[in-house]
Amino acid sequence: MEKPLTAHIPKDGSWLRLKDYERVGGYQGLRQALKMTPKEVIDMVKDAGLRGRGGAGFATGLKWSLVPTPDQIPGPHYLIANGDEMEPGTFKDRLLLEGNPHQLIEGMIIGAYAIQAEFSYVFLRWGYQFAEKALEEAIHEAYEAGYLGKNILGSGFSHELSVHISAGRYICGEETALINALEGKRANPRAKPPFPVVSGFFGRPTVVNNIETLSNVPHILSKGVSWYKSLSKCEDGGTKLYGVSGKVKRPGLWELPLGTSFREILEEHAGGMRDGYQFKGALPGGGSTDFITAEHLDVAMDYNSVAKVGSRMGTGTIIVLDDKTCVVGMVLNLEHFFAQESCGWCTPCREGLPWTEKLLLALENGEGKMEDLKIFDDLTRYMGPGNTFCALAPGAMEPLQSALKHFRADFERHIHEHRCPWK
Amino acid sequence: MATIYIDNVPYEVKDGENLLQACLSVGKNLTYFCWHPALHSVGACRQCAVIRYRDENDTRGRIVMACMEPVADQARISIDAPEAKKFRAQNIESLMINHPHDCPVCDEGGECHLQDMTVMSGHNYRRYRFKKRTHLNQYLGPFLHHEMNRCIQCYRCVRFYNDYAEGKDFGVFAAHDDVYFGRYEPGVLENEFSGNLVEVCPTGVFTDKTLRKRYTRKWDLTNAPSICHQCGLGCNIIASERYGSLRRILNRYNGDVNGYFICDRGRFGYEYVNSQRRIQHALKQEPAGQWQGLKKDTAIREIRNRIRAAKRVIGIGSPRASLESNFLLRELAGAEHFYAGVSEKESRLIKEVLHILRHSGVRTPSLKETETYDAIFVIGEDVTNTAPRLALSLRQAAKNQPKEKAKALKIADWNDAAIREVIQGQKGPLFIAAPYATRLDDAALATHQAHPDEIARLAFAVAHHVDAAAADAELPEKAKAFARQVADALVAAKKPLIVAGTSLYSPSLIHAAANVAMALKKAGKEAGLTYTVPEVNSMGLMMMTDQYLEQAFEQVYSGQADMVIVVENDLYRRLPADQVDEFFRKAGTVVVLDSIAHRTGEHAHFVLPAGTFAESSGTVVNNEGRAQRFFQVYQPRNDIQSTWKWLQAFVEKEQLAAANLDDVIQQLTMAYPELEGVREAAPGAQFRVGTQKIPREPHRYSGRTAMLAHINVSEPKPPEDPDSPLSFTMEGYVGTPPAPLTPFFWSPGWNSVQAVNRYQQEVGGMLRGGNPGRRLIEANGSSLQYFTDIPAAFHPDNFHWNIVPAYHIFGSDELSALSEPLQERIPALYLALSPADAQALQLQPGQQAELNVSGQTLRLPVVIRPDLPGGYVLVPKGWEATAGWLFPVQSSLKPMQV
Repeated sequence: MEKPLTAHIPKDGSWLRLKDYERVGGYQGLRQALKMTPKEVIDMVKDAGLRGRGGAGFATGLKWSLVPTPDQIPGPHYLIANGDEMEPGTFKDRLLLEGNPHQLIEGMIIGAYAIQAEFSYVFLRWGYQFAEKALEEAIHEAYEAGYLGKNILGSGFSHELSVHISAGRYICGEETALINALEGKRANPRAKPPFPVVSGFFGRPTVVNNIETLSNVPHILSKGVSWYKSLSKCEDGGTKLYGVSGKVKRPGLWELPLGTSFREILEEHAGGMRDGYQFKGALPGGGSTDFITAEHLDVAMDYNSVAKVGSRMGTGTIIVLDDKTCVVGMVLNLEHFFAQESCGWCTPCREGLPWTEKLLLALENGEGKMEDLKIFDDLTRYMGPGNTFCALAPGAMEPLQSALKHFRADFERHIHEHRCPWK
Repeated sequence: MATIYIDNVPYEVKDGENLLQACLSVGKNLTYFCWHPALHSVGACRQCAVIRYRDENDTRGRIVMACMEPVADQARISIDAPEAKKFRAQNIESLMINHPHDCPVCDEGGECHLQDMTVMSGHNYRRYRFKKRTHLNQYLGPFLHHEMNRCIQCYRCVRFYNDYAEGKDFGVFAAHDDVYFGRYEPGVLENEFSGNLVEVCPTGVFTDKTLRKRYTRKWDLTNAPSICHQCGLGCNIIASERYGSLRRILNRYNGDVNGYFICDRGRFGYEYVNSQRRIQHALKQEPAGQWQGLKKDTAIREIRNRIRAAKRVIGIGSPRASLESNFLLRELAGAEHFYAGVSEKESRLIKEVLHILRHSGVRTPSLKETETYDAIFVIGEDVTNTAPRLALSLRQAAKNQPKEKAKALKIADWNDAAIREVIQGQKGPLFIAAPYATRLDDAALATHQAHPDEIARLAFAVAHHVDAAAADAELPEKAKAFARQVADALVAAKKPLIVAGTSLYSPSLIHAAANVAMALKKAGKEAGLTYTVPEVNSMGLMMMTDQYLEQAFEQVYSGQADMVIVVENDLYRRLPADQVDEFFRKAGTVVVLDSIAHRTGEHAHFVLPAGTFAESSGTVVNNEGRAQRFFQVYQPRNDIQSTWKWLQAFVEKEQLAAANLDDVIQQLTMAYPELEGVREAAPGAQFRVGTQKIPREPHRYSGRTAMLAHINVSEPKPPEDPDSPLSFTMEGYVGTPPAPLTPFFWSPGWNSVQAVNRYQQEVGGMLRGGNPGRRLIEANGSSLQYFTDIPAAFHPDNFHWNIVPAYHIFGSDELSALSEPLQERIPALYLALSPADAQALQLQPGQQAELNVSGQTLRLPVVIRPDLPGGYVLVPKGWEATAGWLFPVQSSLKPMQV
């Protein structure tokens, strides 16, 4: 089984230096890309079926193709790598950033070439300080080697890349809020349309891609579309970093073919549940996805299959709920995070999430009422997709609405017993 | 136009708008908070949710925010669908979880948009049972009260204050449900338009501190449509009274003039009406120094006798008095003995402005129209301080060229945030040349500071750049580059606007501005030309007479006149004190009609209590040449009445003696055909809706039978108003009256100022029946040649320092400066000079400098301003000590001798 993204990450916790990266085929993708036209690069990424790994699963090549060319809208154009990984339970980009920064840098230069961007930024989560150090040094190496700067590898294409350290808000992971933050403004999302590909960073055409997404790009260019498609077990191409956290034997992160089944990830790679713990449910793609339960264990972990069972692939990082953990407490913990991370721009999110959190806290403290369940139902619908300004609140409602659907009895026990039965 | 279906009913709506605008324009009740017709859409509050359907077969549809959806032909939406209604009610429920239940004691109660929207949404039962979030409030200065707990985070305040008015000392802090709107620390809100937050805020976070001191509910106020008297722009206002005192000023929407906003001088400068310095009764001073009160009849009889006995009576009018008051004075004294109560210098300037407006062929835009120009050159004016509301319009106009970029990306005009993201604060071609750095400079692409003569030369040079046929002036290198930059930008624009004014008392500057505008017009541009003028009726007065104050003085000096009637005018603010003193020594009988006690009144033999704008009706003409009617708000309980009503007692003409306002206007227009439009400024006194008058009081007005019960339990008959179709009662027509007669905005379900939506033909557009006011002057033809009176280059003179006037929104205007809340904001008089000049004169900041102006010595603290190029100094205009100076004055200058 090929693991192009992670195979070369040193096991000693250090990162893959330029020399070593080049030795394993590094920057061959870029060399290949520079021989092609930007349009050909975009078409290749399109054909490879690369979908965004940040959670929404938007086709990467299609996103790039929406950027007006410099003839249509003169530069500058921008590319931003979204490294603000703050989704609860998610730690996949961190591995790539800390272990193989050149892979990201190469992907960014190729992406920048495809959309003819003069500048790109890595927008990095504040807490990823080791990644920052690795990135800064790798960027320096890339400049020294002529992969960045003027006239890259004699191609006539020039590009500048730098790292921006986020001040640290979950909302900065939302691409338009990220752009505002990068501009030095409040990290509030922007209305779409206009989309960032038309009016993004400083009002210029801008593409925002996830770290893992961009890390896939060099391999597509160097090894080709059919190779890339063959990595996957589903219609979309490539491998995926899957993670598992919770009361499993071996919590961790693995690069596996896209479309690997949930059961395989849980039972083979994570080693199954710890002794004495039963699997009760899981959030398959980070904190803002719907619970799936035991009946869904055989679902293939790809974008379309997970959607069919009522949840989302999200970031592909699974949070497992066991029978000894209170689902109300777990959801409360999540909603506390989401309420706190709301930017305060639109009403449903700003007011609805704290109310949700307070209701859950009351429930957990044995002060819940039966009519609260009706309020939960109202709130989850009120904060549904399309009703809010961005996806934060609808995402925050996903674990709650699915917990109410699958584990309603647990909620009712809190009310009837006037306490948390798990405490 | 497009057809949209709202709940299956087709409506014709305007293309290019959003669905919320469209729904409101066709009269639908749809709730909203963050959207504002002047600030447009950002989609934050989610309150205008409707269901949008794909087509007629789509029965489910999806929730969309109407404010963020463009109007599209055949679009189908539902306001009444249960899911939409439920969502809107839920949204209100969410907004209310932290909102205090203090409506009964809240200042905003009864005119609160949040109340209205809550009722409209149907939400009425509170399910949230936890603690509310609370905030500390801030001290924001003398104008605004801050009550953050009431905030519903609609972001309108920052969007107005920071984005629209471009204030810098306000903002949004913190995040999630802790979002806070205020200053970084308590302190005075600096922006000159801060008062608009009272109306922009949909609830009671920002309320009018001046109303709060003497609080009255909206429904208990007696109101009248009025015109702001605090500068020459004539913004439309609503003035409101209870218990004989004026309680507040609100913006009165006029789609041609002020739109939704007024300045803080206009809003908070009204308290002179309630001042202790008001003259309440007729007074007589005889012998000198001994004052006695007179009954009204006695006063009239005695003055009438004096007039009959006089050899010749001369009348001195005023630019702050109405056309009608000036006209009655003219009729009393005779046209040949009626003088504009302004200096020769000022009268000539305004005459020149009128001449150019009539004959240059260049359009003078309305205030609102100003916002459509795409390049602006301000010549000499400190607009924010001489004509404040114009500065706000110029700020909007300056964004027009950058906005083209957003248009190219097909971003709709209403998509405010998206437009800002595209233009990224980029400045448009606004250029300002003034004697000092002005408040508007931060919006300008380039500025230039120079002596007024140099600015005039610069403007002449710009005109020459545009059209080589116009006279040219040699400029220093820096000015030359600036002039070229300005000329190129003006020529590159579609609609360039030239702004100048009378504030620097420079006729050549006025001419130079005309040259630039005429040259642009000749170059095929849709050019505009705006002049600012000093006072509310400066234009109207100078349309009535060519004669000025010095000529009136001459009449007295020559012994031809032995009686003087001065109307609403403190002559010490017009000419140097020694000249005015001399005049009064020789003037014979002096009658002064005014509202406020001042130095001129001290010389009177008779003083009559004249009404301010609040106790009078009349017409004024603004800088654009627009005649606008203001109406009496309330009937004072003493002898105060309109100046023109007092004067009626002394005119011989029978048609005038017993005339009402309409009759006076009739006579006025017969005497001055150019003023014909004045008749159409508002419907006459005979106007009725059916048989009904328009009530000044809302139908919910309370306490009428009890207000005077401690004096007499019999309810007195309400006063009659023979001069207008407005009644002083709550009875009458409830509905939308003609725009010039709208005393307040109210519509069923809409109790806040936002009821104005219901008074407009389309939301944010023209008022029903047309915007109030009639333009008297239109630029027809072009018979003017280029002016050639280029002043000589300015050379500093260290023995005769040039003093140039500096203007302050709070302080330079006579009457508003008497208002208590404004006084806190008026700076102490100072003398400003450049660092180099200060060094040469060995003056330190704060040190007293000694000036000598027309024989008077004045000591002023020194302020050093790096923006001054040097060679001249600044002294604020309009303070008592400087009011009579005939700028530009000259003076010696030295450190004070200890």
